[in-house]
Amino acid sequence: MSTRLSKGGRLIDRAQAVEFSFNGKRLRGFAGDTLAASLLANDQMLMGRSFKYHRARGAVASGAEEPNALVNLGRGAFLEPNQRATTTETFDGLEAQSQNHWPSLEMDIGVVNNALARFLPGGFYYKTFIHPRAAWKHVFEPIIRKAAGLGPAPKEMDGDRYEQAYAFCDVLVAGGGIAGLQAALAAAADGARVMVLEQTPVWGGRAPVDGDVIDGMAADLWVKTAVQALEGMPNVTLRTRCMVAGVYDHGYVLAEDRVADHTPGDGRPKKRLWRIRAKRIVAATGALERPLSFAGNDVPGVMLASAVRDYVVNWAVSPGDRTVIVTNNDDAYRTAIALKEAGLSVPCIVDARAVANGPLPTQARALGIRVETGKGIAKVKGTKRVTGVTLCMQAGEGAGLEDIACDAVAMSGGWSPVVHLWSHCGGKLTWDDAHAMFRPDATRPPISHDGLAMVYPAGAANGALKAAEALVDAALAGASAAWANPIAAAQADMREEAALEPVWIMPQGASYKLRAKMWLDYQNDVKVSDVQLAAREGYESVEHTKRYTTLGMATDQGKLSNINGLAVLAGALNTDIPNVGTTTFRPPYTPVTLGALAGEARGEIFQPLRRSPIHAWNEQANAYFEPVGLWRRPYCFPRGGENHAQAIEREILNTRIGVGMLDASTLGKLIVKGPDAGRFLDMMYTNVMSSLGIGKCRYGLMCNENGFLSDDGVVVRLAEDTWLCHTTTGGADRIHAHMEDWLQCEWWDWQVYVANVTEEYAQIAVAGPKARALLEKLGGMDVSAEALPFMSFAEGTLGGLPVRAYRISFSGELSYELAVPASFGLELWEKLVAAGADLGVMPYGTEAMHIMRAEKGFIMIGDETDGTVIPQDLNLGWAISKKKADYLGKRGQERSYLASADRWTLAGFETLDGSVIPDGAYIIAAGVNANGQGNTQGRVTSTYYSPTLKKGIAMGLIKGGLARAGEVVEFTKLGASPVKARIVDPVFYDKEGAKQNG
Amino acid sequence: MANPVAPWGNAQFDGFAKVTEIGPLGMITLRAKRDVAGLEAAFAALGLTLPDPRRIVIAGDKAAGWMSPDEYLLILPYGAVNDALASLATSLAGQHHLAANVSDARAVFRIEGDKADQVLKKIAPVDIDTLAVGELRRSRAAQVAAAFWKDGQGYTLVCFRSVAGYMMGLLSHSATSGSELV
Repeated sequence: MSTRLSKGGRLIDRAQAVEFSFNGKRLRGFAGDTLAASLLANDQMLMGRSFKYHRARGAVASGAEEPNALVNLGRGAFLEPNQRATTTETFDGLEAQSQNHWPSLEMDIGVVNNALARFLPGGFYYKTFIHPRAAWKHVFEPIIRKAAGLGPAPKEMDGDRYEQAYAFCDVLVAGGGIAGLQAALAAAADGARVMVLEQTPVWGGRAPVDGDVIDGMAADLWVKTAVQALEGMPNVTLRTRCMVAGVYDHGYVLAEDRVADHTPGDGRPKKRLWRIRAKRIVAATGALERPLSFAGNDVPGVMLASAVRDYVVNWAVSPGDRTVIVTNNDDAYRTAIALKEAGLSVPCIVDARAVANGPLPTQARALGIRVETGKGIAKVKGTKRVTGVTLCMQAGEGAGLEDIACDAVAMSGGWSPVVHLWSHCGGKLTWDDAHAMFRPDATRPPISHDGLAMVYPAGAANGALKAAEALVDAALAGASAAWANPIAAAQADMREEAALEPVWIMPQGASYKLRAKMWLDYQNDVKVSDVQLAAREGYESVEHTKRYTTLGMATDQGKLSNINGLAVLAGALNTDIPNVGTTTFRPPYTPVTLGALAGEARGEIFQPLRRSPIHAWNEQANAYFEPVGLWRRPYCFPRGGENHAQAIEREILNTRIGVGMLDASTLGKLIVKGPDAGRFLDMMYTNVMSSLGIGKCRYGLMCNENGFLSDDGVVVRLAEDTWLCHTTTGGADRIHAHMEDWLQCEWWDWQVYVANVTEEYAQIAVAGPKARALLEKLGGMDVSAEALPFMSFAEGTLGGLPVRAYRISFSGELSYELAVPASFGLELWEKLVAAGADLGVMPYGTEAMHIMRAEKGFIMIGDETDGTVIPQDLNLGWAISKKKADYLGKRGQERSYLASADRWTLAGFETLDGSVIPDGAYIIAAGVNANGQGNTQGRVTSTYYSPTLKKGIAMGLIKGGLARAGEVVEFTKLGASPVKARIVDPVFYDKEGAKQNG
Repeated sequence: MANPVAPWGNAQFDGFAKVTEIGPLGMITLRAKRDVAGLEAAFAALGLTLPDPRRIVIAGDKAAGWMSPDEYLLILPYGAVNDALASLATSLAGQHHLAANVSDARAVFRIEGDKADQVLKKIAPVDIDTLAVGELRRSRAAQVAAAFWKDGQGYTLVCFRSVAGYMMGLLSHSATSGSELV
């Protein structure tokens, strides 16, 4: 059984007990524990079930690489699936649930899959479910998703807070082990700004566990001294619980700071995503131990040798009373020695190598530990827990030599440098044959904007696995990254270790039956036999094999399985490991919570909401808002029990017979000024703006270089050298940028300045036969037809507020648009509402505006235009100057296709039965096209029920256009007979303009 | 005439730093090239000094900021804008320039306290630690454009009026007690 030892535990505080629960069971641990350590201390070796076969699984590792021990933390609004028990700190009140089990962790029905394993080989999904096609979506996928899968997605909105923060430094050191600390000391010595980020809560990494001695001190003490030195430097920032997730171009780094994971409810943000711009990065990310592939290497109780050592030394947890060590290297002997020193039994060290006579094996033997060389494990006994192992010859086929009873197995297949950060931005790897590992190739680093190396690997991450080498390597890396003078590295005692011998399959000649029980990828249940099958089926590329077998996928991204998997693949393909290569290392290093990526962007500040100065009034008036860019504009203002259609009808009729008000503040407003401003606007617009009289307004069209209609609006001339251009709401920033583009890049010598004053003014349209009467009630300026005729403007005051009043009309009614400084926008609006009470004034929304302009035959950018329409298509030839030598779009419009008489052009449509033509409907033409689809001769662009005319009206584009007036055509209607409509003039209301001109 | 209304009602938030919507302030956007004749005199006539690139020169309740090689931001009391525009028109008569009142197009916030820098560090991709006194930084605050500078015991931040509510929410979230960057 696994239990807590009575002594030791360098990271725990025995004085501080904490209570937590696992699957509802109340358990106790100590402050400083990881959840995995606490569970093992409570003899809870079984922590989860595997993805595909639902096999019993316990922790195999002690850190970030853990594939098995995934749990759900918290509940309800605080539920977090797929959390690694090995990196979760145990705190008082922690609630954990194991995953992927049904009905219970101990008794899992899904384990039946295990019996069916031979029917579930690699590529099984692809082979089995490909036909019939429809069955995947409706039958197979739902069932597989239920049976397989990791933790459940939370159903409630996340109850925690998250945020992001930016940081800048010269050198970012990823990893706070001895290499990271040494690199930081070197990098910071000359004053460079240095950040050191460590993913665990503890500085020092593995060195203290491995018993290294540095500068004559125990590693623990050296680490403490180094951290103190760094803390004392004003140019150094240190953070624990902060995982460097990814390295991106030009030294951009993302790191996840687990601010309050371990102290929930204390008011701090749960996580913070750091967005760091580092000049250069030191990757002191250490190395990960590799499992060995022997049958039953996934049974709970089989762990990495380094993890066993960690549990004993760091948390005083014994994974078992009797632990068999199986290894291909000297390092694992440290685990045997640590166990022995903790008073535990090590029945045997099984060493695949023929000889093991280095200092560590010698020390182990001196402690009385039996060492069996040239041997391997044929299989592990037990299902939910290791009960023993059967030994065999490593060189043989797995015939059992001897059974040894034990309750834990510590395995070591050698170490793989953590090359992720080196690789994220393109750093290349080289295969180190002596150590059987990929390590960074110093000649092919990831490069930054300056073409120089961006990431400097240090210590074990660079293949310098021993402390003495790692410190020298890290001191150099730190100084190099800071472009600083080198400093003397700390000295670690050197202990000789013999070379490891690569062992990819144990025993090397194992039968299929054994290979089908050798787990490569614990999380995805990928075994040696699956990768070999993939190779036989032609999957030669490691990337293809990954996707076919799911090797190295899911939350652990193959931290334990990648190298073993590709070594097996290389073996099956009869090639070298470097020829197979690795899969691509992509960020994040370990999973990052979506909440941290979203940061503050949720709820009220999910997205900027642009509010007009009248927005709050609109809200109180029960406006139903529609999004227009980031603005919310009132679509309509329902009153009482009105539905939207009723509200819109009322708003329109009230405007047509009385007076209505529209919040038009969102319209773009650009001041264009300078000696060349007139010439510039003549190029921007299709018509002539330079000839516009001061005090006058003119409607204008803007096209892009290809001739397509891009924006429209009223231009007014404020002064001899100054114009004000109105754009559509969505066009304000776009047209401003368009103007600046032409001024800065093409006509840089023209003297023109543009200022975007969109938000300086609130703008209120007052429209309807009683509009003038309303303004006169406020008083302050002459708004008579004589003083202020149609298409002119005047400046003055209304109700004591400074306004510029434009006589322009988008509704077809007598209409004024009043521009007022935004600070007074609400005040003017409220004064108009109050003064207009007895005139029956009502606000109207954007839908009423849309319908009224359609009744009047006015086009709308985005309805009548879609990026393929030129002004001529919309019968707007009158707004295109024939006299001007040029304007943007002129040449484009002269291209044969755009100048063709066959283009669809604008017309009005009246349905014969008064109904409304469906949005997006096409006009049917005779015959079918090459694809057998019905031919079309046009389409509807705007279609509404007209409250004014009490019938459906529409505008659309049709081949032949208005020349076909009077003809009846048919519009498509989904699920019904086509709608018959007559081609008519698109101006349905007040064609002569008596109302707007009045 | 009533008093002008600040876009977000001069809202306040007290967290580990204090956030206050101030203003409205008088603001003029001035487009002119640096070498335009009389530019320095035009600034001087307003009691302002022509700022160096990326700098803002503050003089009492007035300030002049460099926004781009041909754009300046002039800050002055709200009621002084019309006179200032008239003064600029006189000083720069015959010289190509554009001066426009943008007082109402902006929202202005103060972020104050020992840890005010941390509020900005969470929302702007700017190296706040190296932001010099008198440096005007045009950047973004989370999802919207913003400009800010260090001023006394805090920072002044300017954004567009329409997103004043978003900015207040953003600054308040960032300044919430307990979320100090430590």
